[in-house]
Amino acid sequence: MLHIVNQSHTGRDALSSCLRLAGDGHALLLIEDGVLAATAAAAAASGIAAALKRLKVYVLQGDVAARGCAARMAEGVTLLDYGGFVDLVVEHPSNQSWL
Amino acid sequence: MTQKKFMFVNRKPPYGTIYALESLEVVLIAATFDQDVSLVFVDDGVWELVKGQDTQGIGIKNHSKTYRALEGYDVEKLYVEKESLQARGLTEDDLLVDVQVLCSAEMAALMATQDVVLSF
Repeated sequence: MLHIVNQSHTGRDALSSCLRLAGDGHALLLIEDGVLAATAAAAAASGIAAALKRLKVYVLQGDVAARGCAARMAEGVTLLDYGGFVDLVVEHPSNQSWL
Repeated sequence: MTQKKFMFVNRKPPYGTIYALESLEVVLIAATFDQDVSLVFVDDGVWELVKGQDTQGIGIKNHSKTYRALEGYDVEKLYVEKESLQARGLTEDDLLVDVQVLCSAEMAALMATQDVVLSF
C-alpha cells in the first residue's frame, strides 16, 4: 500500500496517524509541506527516522527544492519526480492520502 | 493617520498553503498606510525565509524574493525565534534576509507590546 502525506508533522497529526497505521513494508510518499518531516534535522522528532527501518520513504523532488531543502534531506529517503510519483501509484494496488 | 504597531505572525511553511503569500500581501498593504510593521517567523514559518528556494518544479511563483524587497517599503523589523530555527537544523546564515533572532521569552515580550497581532 502507498501512503501519501502532504502536511508538515508539526501542528498537524496526519503523519503520526499514518505512521501508526501503516503496515511494515508499505510505501510512504511525502509531498508539499509533508517533505519537511524528512529533513535530517526533523527526522527523529517526526518519526521518519524510525519509519525508514520498516517503510520505503519517498519525497517529491519539486516540493523539496521549492522549500530550499535539497541539501537537507535525511539519509535513506528517496527523491522522486512526478513521473516517479505516477509509477508509485501504478505499482501499488491501493493508496491512501492522509489529509 | 494614527500609527499602530502591527505584528504579523508567520507559522506556516511556504507553498503548501496560501498563508505565507497572503501574509506578505497584507504586510505590504500595512506598510503602504505607514504603520509600524513587524514580521515574526516561528515554527514552520521560518522555512519562508530559507535561502535557495527553487519553485520551478512545482509551477508556483517563488515569492521568497519579496522578503528582500521589504526594506524598500520601510519594513525592517523581522524577528525569528531561535528555538524554531534550532528545531529545524537552521541558523541565521540559512536565511535570505537580515533578521533579529530572539529567544521565546524575548518574542513573547515583543508580542505583548503590539496593538494588533495578525496570525498566518
